[in-house]
Amino acid sequence: MSADFSQDHFALFQLPRRFRLDNAALDSAWRTAAAAAHPDRFAAAGDAEKRVALMQATRINEAYQTLKSPLARARYLLQLAGVDTAEETNTSMPPAFLMAQMEWRENIEDARHGKDVAALETLTRQLRGDVKALEDELAAVLDDAPDHAIAALLVRKLRFLEKLDQEIGDAIEALLY
Amino acid sequence: MALLQIAEPGLSAAPHQHRLAVGIDLGTTNSLVATVRSGSAVVLPDEQGRNLLPSVVRYAPDGSTVVGYAAQAEQSRDATNTIVSAKRFMGRGLADLQDVGRSPYRFVDAPGMVQLVTRAGTKSPVEVSADILRTLKTRAEASLGGDLVGAVITVPAYFDDAQRQATKDAARLAGLNVLRLLNEPTAAAIAYGLDNGAEGTYVVYDLGGGTFDVSVLALSRGVFEVLATSGDSSLGGDDFDHRIYCWVLEQANLHGLTAQDTRLLLTRAREAKEALSEHATTRITALLSDGLTVDLELAQATFHDISRTLLDKTLLPVRKALRDAKITIDDVKGVVMVGGATRMPQVQKAVGDFFGRPPLTNLDPDKVVALGAAIQADVLAGNKGGEDWLLLDVIPLSLGIETMGGLAEKIIPRNSTIPVARAQEFTTFKDGQTAMSIHVLQGERELVADCRSLAKFVLRGIPPMVAGAARIRVTFQVDADGLLSVTARELTSGVEASIEVKPSYGLSDDEISRMLTESMTHVQEDINARKLREAIVDAESLIAAIHAALEVDGDLLAAEERAELDGALIGLHTAIATQVTREVNAATQRLNQISEPFAARRMDRNIQRALKGKNIGAL
Repeated sequence: MSADFSQDHFALFQLPRRFRLDNAALDSAWRTAAAAAHPDRFAAAGDAEKRVALMQATRINEAYQTLKSPLARARYLLQLAGVDTAEETNTSMPPAFLMAQMEWRENIEDARHGKDVAALETLTRQLRGDVKALEDELAAVLDDAPDHAIAALLVRKLRFLEKLDQEIGDAIEALLY
Repeated sequence: MALLQIAEPGLSAAPHQHRLAVGIDLGTTNSLVATVRSGSAVVLPDEQGRNLLPSVVRYAPDGSTVVGYAAQAEQSRDATNTIVSAKRFMGRGLADLQDVGRSPYRFVDAPGMVQLVTRAGTKSPVEVSADILRTLKTRAEASLGGDLVGAVITVPAYFDDAQRQATKDAARLAGLNVLRLLNEPTAAAIAYGLDNGAEGTYVVYDLGGGTFDVSVLALSRGVFEVLATSGDSSLGGDDFDHRIYCWVLEQANLHGLTAQDTRLLLTRAREAKEALSEHATTRITALLSDGLTVDLELAQATFHDISRTLLDKTLLPVRKALRDAKITIDDVKGVVMVGGATRMPQVQKAVGDFFGRPPLTNLDPDKVVALGAAIQADVLAGNKGGEDWLLLDVIPLSLGIETMGGLAEKIIPRNSTIPVARAQEFTTFKDGQTAMSIHVLQGERELVADCRSLAKFVLRGIPPMVAGAARIRVTFQVDADGLLSVTARELTSGVEASIEVKPSYGLSDDEISRMLTESMTHVQEDINARKLREAIVDAESLIAAIHAALEVDGDLLAAEERAELDGALIGLHTAIATQVTREVNAATQRLNQISEPFAARRMDRNIQRALKGKNIGAL
């Protein structure tokens, strides 16, 4: 009907389909593709071309957002492999992970009550360290020795951490502004 | 319809013909129109050589509409019929306006947007803005000697969907073809960046008459990428005037002023503010209607004290934008100052102190937005510019929908690059449910009540099924103007229901054309002849564009597809021969539809070629 939307996001940007990604290459491919399809290039064109440009530019931005975020990228790779990460339904987590979660929450709560922005920022840094470690684990089970079940669990864990990051960000914003 | 000629990328249809396009800065206090002439952007002055057009509209007793300096001169004498700062009311309901008390106007609440009662009848802020735009359009056409193909109109980056839609409606009402709504700080960055060959991360601090915007942009190799934007759509230079006005009331112990006296003192306050940008002290004198004289001296230091909280208020969005862009002050290579209000020394000092470097003020803060808009308009109109550059802008506020318990769920987060779309699936809650109501919101807050309501619509005709079986996909699409459209589809029943939602505050196409017709003095035959002429111009442009495309990429079509396209081309030629507008439009639409897959394949090819780094010239 319209553009070739069967192409996956990696193919769209002519990048290898894997978790470890050259961010600079992604940025550059996105800019090139976005420049080619941006509606500004078709402001003086016919309706059909304008519609196609809007759809293509939208899709290019969506693909970029998906590949740029490690969590979204991992989820997408699993989805391409036919694996459902079951983030809404599968909430069972290893007890040690759950304990760590509770600790994080307590620390955030304490910092929030104490209106301690510096403490919240330290928590963000620590959390990002944990996120980085999870991403390295994900790379191993997605790129090196594929194990979809473990990868799906890691995606669920990563999602928990992203939510924490968001909560800390909201708390900082609420204190600052 | 638009009298746009279709230029194939790279193939200029008429290389010697420069298409007349303008950039318009529709400001709270002043508006400007600019164009690109002989390769450089210039502001178009009026017959007296004045660049600015005060954004003031007076509905005079003789039935005429007066815009600009002449209207401004009467604003104290005829306050209720002389509308200033109409931009503050765009897309706003009465409940949104915190400062109704300080306006001399008679407001009426209307669905979606407040209206003002004047001697010329009830006017919506859209109509008032259209009067300003019409004046600028006339100025531009007189100065350029021809009809405009279109205009880029700037809006504060922090304008929400309602305010953007209202601006676009005003332009349509003024008979302008809107090539693009462009964010003001982005426009400033274009003018500044192209002028200075800037590279790196820049902050644009834009304090206008009634709005405050801040954008963080990354400039690299001709790409202007907006990383984050924030602001306050009801904070501006007017508020500084108001601080002085309040100080005068306090010092002179004044109460219960008439609308006329309020207007007079606000004007004196504005003059004092401007004087204090140059001098250490200024005198404020006024003769009030009851014979009382106000005579006060205001020192710069006092002004700084009474306006300090306003400055602090601008720094919050600055912090927020830096945080959203994930950068720190050290990453910022320069701060560009935009808007007349940034002339105030205390504003420059506060910004300089915050960033630890003096802000950049080498472009006229009043003109820079209009100049950037003109450069963008020139490119969009198809006049090939010297530089090849691209603008990647973002949506300023998150879009979401109402979920259970009056909570807002975000669908598209703020600062997403536009155009952007997200689809969300919903299902039914009860057995046999055939309708579903969807409430679209914009804002960052968790509660529906704290967000702006953009549209409420009911999706009907869902086939009766058990609860949870229906699958309704709602798609939110934000286009390159930052405007939202929502479509909904039921996926399980073989038949797909699809609806297009226009947010409730927007004027419908019918309303626009009714208002246009009412404002036109032409007789009906003229209008019909004009419509036919426009339809034929559109049709012929499309035919030319498709022929050009076939020449380059004809190999993308299979024989039967080519035959179908040729058939539609012949159909359009036949329709043009009938000289019936309806036939021509229908055949144009058919050809557009049939050529869409071809256009899509061509674009795919172009993207892939661009990525392979081949020089295809066309893009």
